[in-house]
Amino acid sequence: MAQSSALPAEQYNYDIVRKFTIMAMVWAVLGMSVGVYIASELAWPFLNYDIPQLTFGRLRPVHTTLVIFGFGGSALFATSYYVVQRTCQARLAFPWLAEFTFWGWTGGVALGALTYVSGITQGREYAEFEWPLDIAITLVWVSYFAVYVETLRRRSQPHIYVANWFYLAFILAVALLHIFNNLAVPVSLTKSYSLFAGVQDAMTQWWYGHNAVGFFLTAAFLGMMYYFVPKQAGRPVYSYRLSIIHFWALIFLYMWAGGHHLHWTSLPDWVSTLAATFSIILLMPSWGGMINGIMTLSGAWDKLRSDPIMLFLITSLSFYGMSTFEGPLMSLKSVNALSHYTDWTVGHVHSGALGWVALVSFGSFYHLIPRLWDTKMYSEKLIYIHFWLATIGIVLYITSLWVAGIGQGLMLRSFDDYGNLAYTFIETVEFMHTPYVWRALGGAFFVAGVLVMVYNMAMTLRAAGRERVDEEARLAAKLAKA
Amino acid sequence: MRHEHIETNSGLMILLILAVISIGGLVEIVPLFYINETIEKVEGVRPNTPLELRGRDIYIREGCYLCHSQQIRPFRDEWLRYGHYSLAAESQYDHPFQWGSKRTGPDLARLGGKYSNQWHVQHLKAPRSVVPQSIMPNYPWLLATNLDTSDVADRMRALRATGVPYSLTQAEYDANVKKFGQTVANQLDISQAQDNLLKEARDQNFDGIPGQVTEMEALVAYLQSLGTMVDFTQYNDDAFVKFR
Repeated sequence: MAQSSALPAEQYNYDIVRKFTIMAMVWAVLGMSVGVYIASELAWPFLNYDIPQLTFGRLRPVHTTLVIFGFGGSALFATSYYVVQRTCQARLAFPWLAEFTFWGWTGGVALGALTYVSGITQGREYAEFEWPLDIAITLVWVSYFAVYVETLRRRSQPHIYVANWFYLAFILAVALLHIFNNLAVPVSLTKSYSLFAGVQDAMTQWWYGHNAVGFFLTAAFLGMMYYFVPKQAGRPVYSYRLSIIHFWALIFLYMWAGGHHLHWTSLPDWVSTLAATFSIILLMPSWGGMINGIMTLSGAWDKLRSDPIMLFLITSLSFYGMSTFEGPLMSLKSVNALSHYTDWTVGHVHSGALGWVALVSFGSFYHLIPRLWDTKMYSEKLIYIHFWLATIGIVLYITSLWVAGIGQGLMLRSFDDYGNLAYTFIETVEFMHTPYVWRALGGAFFVAGVLVMVYNMAMTLRAAGRERVDEEARLAAKLAKA
Repeated sequence: MRHEHIETNSGLMILLILAVISIGGLVEIVPLFYINETIEKVEGVRPNTPLELRGRDIYIREGCYLCHSQQIRPFRDEWLRYGHYSLAAESQYDHPFQWGSKRTGPDLARLGGKYSNQWHVQHLKAPRSVVPQSIMPNYPWLLATNLDTSDVADRMRALRATGVPYSLTQAEYDANVKKFGQTVANQLDISQAQDNLLKEARDQNFDGIPGQVTEMEALVAYLQSLGTMVDFTQYNDDAFVKFR
């Protein structure tokens, strides 16, 4: 083939991947720093400073939006655009449309954050964007779908590689969820009321909310895993058959599980029971994915000692396994009676978000950066330092919130010898102060790791720039002589 | 069908994915709109008054729902702490629902009438002046900002479009009189929205400042309405069980 002699950087559109990679790191620093700040507000409320834009209630959606849609979303755009080109051996279709997805997505996330601090919000968790932004996001998403599918159609392979199945399911499911959860009647440009009310609205929101986790933060990142783990390990995926079974089972089952966020509420019991049942079955495809990822390394376990990128990827899969075990556990009605409304849930989300989503993204980026800029990482030692800062941070974070959540849950339901409530609510708030301090510290560790990565990446890019200049100078000199 | 057919055909794969991911929502959400037992039959639940509605908008604007739930579960400790468990009927006009997902602060589903207006104003202005261990932010600007009442009718009109029985026509008004009684029906009349709002603020003076309608006024009016609409002494203990 004529193309095989071309450099990958010329054969494929890497420019869009580079842009999204850089923005993912920008959002990571911003979003996670806001996270540490609001975690500190819970420990030291004076940090709210009586400034409306700084209060916990307005900043919390900024944190969730910047990390999920800013960092997570940009990481998914970057890796999916890279993976679809590499596995299909086809250049990205509609480059101008791909460019639009970059500016549209980046602008949407930035505007979202600005509107939240100004008090413009739909009041729906993880879907706070008001309706004009929702429409803009829909346009970006349709463009993303068009670029992605057209590239798939132009593949020079008969088979669609497994990573693309997951990215495809993610794109389709997020479109479905986004549209139905955001149905609303506008009052003005900055205010709308959701179309549904009460119990139906609650179920729609958590069908959305849980599958934002299931498809945005899980299925899509499994797509990332299915490309970067085998690549980095230099081995094929452990089991092709397992990937088929767990793919279809995962995307089918996730959509049933949202109701477990509404156990013991005014939601009818039949929905809640159905949701709990499917949540428990969901353990199987989740672990199927984890096993398929981790076992890909079988026969090359020594890489864990010599390759820090492998360390990121395999640790992320371990956290994925841990949190997909904890999830079904918490979806049991008896456990949920204690855990719901407490910080145990927040800790659980972060063991998935930091342990799985962020670590697998960092690992993939460390694999990707040298290839995108045609160089090598500035420092391997700094990758190790990042790994340990991140891991220590996650462990501090989730253990302190186990203490806070389970502790508060137990205090709230305890009775004294006379059958009266043993604690007032405010006593549980007092109890949570110490775990909240540790949690903020854990978050700070994690952000410190991200800053190390940003430094490492900046130095790498600088060196790559210098190399390119030298190379061009050499070429020019050669031409002058000839 | 061999899986090879699917993974070599992007169109087929898209169709199958769409089919597989649609089933869960169809089975779990759609029936909630059609099964009559989903929402209990109780008397007293009404849409918010114009002033309460504006208070609710501020509640959402400030992100109160991120730390406070409005959903009491059927457990003994919650019964003792907060009161009767929440009914689906009580949030049937809530667009969007405010059940919440986290209790960094206590549940507010039955907050109405528990504390005086004066307590609420002081607590929102400076929570630690009444509850020293509280970690809630201060909200001094609520008292310093006048409530924008200009678009309250627009807001009610939008809610009417979603199905909330705010009335525009005589027929709708009459239906409200029949369902909620004359006093409530007047409050739900969109053509009187702004007058009703100002009148309620003047009569009740939730913020303690006579002659001025602040954002605090609206928020306290909303908080004082929470969970007060159903008279639970009218129902047997097991009246709601068949709906669960």
